[in-house]
Amino acid sequence: MIYADNAATTKMSDAAVRTMTALLGEAWGNASSLYVHGQKAKEVLEKARADVAAVIGAEPREILFTSGGSEADNQAIRSAAELGRQKGKTHIISTAFEHHAVLHTLERLKKEGFEITLLDVHENGLIVPEEVEAAIRDDTCLVTVMFANNEIGTIQPIREIGAVCRAKGVLFHTDAVQAVGHLPIDVKADNIDLLSASAHKFHGPKGVGFLYAKKGVRLTNLIDGGAQERGKRAGTENVPGIAAMAEALKETAGAMAVNAARQSAMRDRLIEGLSRIPHSALNGDPVKRLPGNVNFCFEGIEGESLLLLLDDKGICASSGSACTSGSLDPSHVLLAIGRVHDVAHGSLRLTLGEDITEEQTDYIIKSVREVVEYLRGFSPIWRDLTAGKKEFIL
Amino acid sequence: MALYSEKVMDHFRNPRNVGVIEDANAIGEVGNAKCGDIMKMYLKIENGIVADVKFETFGCGSAIASSSMATELIMGQPVSEVRKLTNKAVAEALDGLPDYKMPCSVLAEEAIKLALDDYEKRTGIHID
Repeated sequence: MIYADNAATTKMSDAAVRTMTALLGEAWGNASSLYVHGQKAKEVLEKARADVAAVIGAEPREILFTSGGSEADNQAIRSAAELGRQKGKTHIISTAFEHHAVLHTLERLKKEGFEITLLDVHENGLIVPEEVEAAIRDDTCLVTVMFANNEIGTIQPIREIGAVCRAKGVLFHTDAVQAVGHLPIDVKADNIDLLSASAHKFHGPKGVGFLYAKKGVRLTNLIDGGAQERGKRAGTENVPGIAAMAEALKETAGAMAVNAARQSAMRDRLIEGLSRIPHSALNGDPVKRLPGNVNFCFEGIEGESLLLLLDDKGICASSGSACTSGSLDPSHVLLAIGRVHDVAHGSLRLTLGEDITEEQTDYIIKSVREVVEYLRGFSPIWRDLTAGKKEFIL
Repeated sequence: MALYSEKVMDHFRNPRNVGVIEDANAIGEVGNAKCGDIMKMYLKIENGIVADVKFETFGCGSAIASSSMATELIMGQPVSEVRKLTNKAVAEALDGLPDYKMPCSVLAEEAIKLALDDYEKRTGIHID
């Protein structure tokens, strides 16, 4: 089996599994207790905080552990909005292709009276820093732009956007769920005030993540209660999960350069091979994209059938078609880069693991080609397209 | 639990009656590319009986399986019986579909009904 859906989740690393299972037995104490079991848990927790902080160039006290990326996104945006509201600033800038954890939080804030500007992500799936600058107003309290897109993998000019925000005195948050562990991040040099991450995207466990908040950025609680996490996130800490996250992050980030070189070589081989399928198109910039991300549209077919047949061939992938989401509309990301519904339904996302081989890559190319040809063989749209009754879009 | 029943997967993997009937005398097409599903049914009706049926579908697994199953259900049947085919019958024959996939079975029913309308229009023969 070839697991090519690493943007959905990653398999936990052996080291992370070992750490977590061992600590379930060893560090079961409440980190807030003063006796030995509690202090052992506290020690593990603070070690993990220091390890996580080091990977992104933060101070340990700037790291807040959460239940995952969605919680971190929610808290970052809600906190910046609250700080803005106190100063009468109620305008937020974001992009049309953010993750729903960001978009739905912004929708809620809109109902509470905030004004939201969603920037165009252009055909290549990239934000232009000058357009961020032009959108900033006197009443802007936050700019939130994802580090790398979860569907099409495009990497945004984060440092430049951060510099623009710094110069204008506006808080800058980035949803870095797809980037942490896979791309070099230095929150200081990158001018980031708030950053969200999720453990299970870099071989850690589900249900754990973190929020980086630059010193001085006051957070608003989503969960009230005890004084854990400097009083900003109540609830007894998931110490084994947090330690496993730190372990996974150290390991993944430590091998980043080697992993990225291998993955991007296989990514480019895959893009090259799939581009040979007639009437297909790569989604997102070919170069400024995550090392393991490949996303294509194939005209005349529908994504779910493509996925089911690839599954039969032992390939796990995903699609932005409506049928795979249970909604009537295809992926908002593909629509945001200008793909029309007809072709957005025929999308395929392959997100490669660090251990992807050339042989597997070639097998994926061969399999996708076969399945696309097979499905086109009895697609009434394809018949109309090839008969000249309808114009090809791709 | 798997998303689809064994029967849905069987009809999806090995769809029956795929293709085009060049001299079909009843053709029905439903859906649109914007929604991600198009189903086209070709029927050859002889002496009030569905002598042959084929389909083409652009759509998800359940759309393809529903088309395939619908063709099996109407093959060899008198047109008056075919008129009575419901999407529920298609879904039941597939051992059920997830709730949000029921519209796929509706497409199959509608495509066949449209094909019968087409036949009536072409021949002037009314089907009860």
